[in-house]
Amino acid sequence: MKRLYTHFGDRIFATLLLLLALGVAALALLMAYELYRGGSLALQRFGLLGFALGREWDPVVQKTFGAWPYILGTLIVSFSALLLSFFPALAAAIFAAEYAPRWLAQVINFLLDLMAAVPSVVYGLWGIFVLAPWIRDKVQLPFYMWAAEQAPWLVPILGVPTGYGLMTAVLILASMIIPYTAALARDAIALVPKEHREAAYALGATRWEVMRLAILPLARGGIIAGTFLALARAVGETMAVTMVIGNSHKLPYTLFGGAATMPSVIANEFTEAVEDLHLSALIAVGFLLFLVSMAVNFTAAYVLRRQERLVKGVL
Amino acid sequence: MKTLEKDLALRRRYRAERFMMGLVALGTLLAFLILFLVLAYALAQGVGALNLDFFLKDMRPPGESGGGLRQAIVGTLIVDGLGLLIALPFGLAAGVLLAEYPDHPVNPYLRLLSDTLNGMPAILFGLLAFVLIVKPMGGFSGLSGAFALGFLMIPILARSTEGVLSLVPKEIREAGLALGLPRWRVILSLVLPTARAGLITGVLLAFARAAGEAAPLLFTAFGSPLLELNPLKPMDTLPLRLFAFAISPYEDWHRQAWAAGLVLFGLITLTSLLARWASRRF
Repeated sequence: MKRLYTHFGDRIFATLLLLLALGVAALALLMAYELYRGGSLALQRFGLLGFALGREWDPVVQKTFGAWPYILGTLIVSFSALLLSFFPALAAAIFAAEYAPRWLAQVINFLLDLMAAVPSVVYGLWGIFVLAPWIRDKVQLPFYMWAAEQAPWLVPILGVPTGYGLMTAVLILASMIIPYTAALARDAIALVPKEHREAAYALGATRWEVMRLAILPLARGGIIAGTFLALARAVGETMAVTMVIGNSHKLPYTLFGGAATMPSVIANEFTEAVEDLHLSALIAVGFLLFLVSMAVNFTAAYVLRRQERLVKGVL
Repeated sequence: MKTLEKDLALRRRYRAERFMMGLVALGTLLAFLILFLVLAYALAQGVGALNLDFFLKDMRPPGESGGGLRQAIVGTLIVDGLGLLIALPFGLAAGVLLAEYPDHPVNPYLRLLSDTLNGMPAILFGLLAFVLIVKPMGGFSGLSGAFALGFLMIPILARSTEGVLSLVPKEIREAGLALGLPRWRVILSLVLPTARAGLITGVLLAFARAAGEAAPLLFTAFGSPLLELNPLKPMDTLPLRLFAFAISPYEDWHRQAWAAGLVLFGLITLTSLLARWASRRF
């Protein structure tokens, strides 16, 4: 009885844990496998490269499927959003870590949490009814009119000023990914040893000089990891982007005109896809999205690990 | 002469300091600008459309005013709750294995795969649930939506569980082992109860995260205009309904979309506050 309780009890418990945990591991592998299998019909028809680089996506007439418009859209939208959000996010992190009094820093941390907690559909709702009309009337139309008269060569770059398109999607997405960059940057700044800033202050450095010379160089890795994490979020963000991007896969994309991303085309067309090839092409887009997300996440993890070693080495 | 130069250099550095401080403050304000605007609009537009009917009645067809979103609210709770039930054993077990058996040979792979899942776009969990459950079962269902949300919650739970358990002082484990308790009793009766508050917080945060997701439910739970309690049938949730209403052409539905946004945001905030409260209370 005693043996059952201790020896076998431990064995049984550990085995049970292992089985359940293997379920988690299996889920990740299953995702890769099932997405590949689900998309294999389209991938075999066009070839992986042919599918990824094909510029034509026509489920109705020609029944050809190429994901390049969506890959390009994802790249443009996520990198622009990242670029746009980087400095405000970094500023918020620096402000919370170094400038703000304790209570204000807590407020900023709370706001960052809140920002990450607001559902994507709510951002999208605001984008549809407030941001897109405002941008159309106050930014795009005046600029378009001016360009039409003064600089006609700009018109093809600008595209149709509908409000629902690349520009609006980038703006919404930029504000949605700020908390990811900011939170990691804040943690990285907090991780810099106190002695570093004290030494810099003792040499008579101003607050900004302490930041620039003593803190940011050491926190750099964490900040970069945060941007990669934000990039991963941006690549996978679905609802808010789908709601404001205008859902057009006509290349070339224009600044004001509609576009589409990998998640947005899946969200848009999946329930309407009746033919096997169309469905399979959409799942294949999901498979490509899986690969891109994995690459971005692994890069973030790698950078973060190196950063931790760097800070430890300094200590 | 020398002091004057020094003076000038110092003044230039102070000016740079003030300039950068202004820039940082401005950037911080800019970072939160859209958040404030979104919240202000959701409050202003949503409150007007909220009334008791919103919680007690199902939605009406377009053109008829009134009605509510009872079916979406109930559906959110059911689909999300079922998802949590599916995710709990897997997420907890993975977290316990990572934290309590740190030398286990599968741990590096488990951590890698769990982190991979954690970084995956939510819509891919929907695709996975579609291929694994909707297709074999022959139709959309609340249950497949619950699986999609469950898949999404598993890595979140695993990570939070591991984090919380690693905070439990090792003296507690040593005390149990010194009393002759087997390892599984130490974990179940000493470590997990000690970490109770953190575990509850993690569970609530996972619930809140999944409650706001629409993307994984688009082709799993699918949505339904009427109250549906059978998880084998398509079910409605708030984010799904909000999306459908927002892209519809009807004025009345737009108002209800704002109300849905406000209720959804309220639900998530409430859960997060509860999580914060739980971490102090227990």
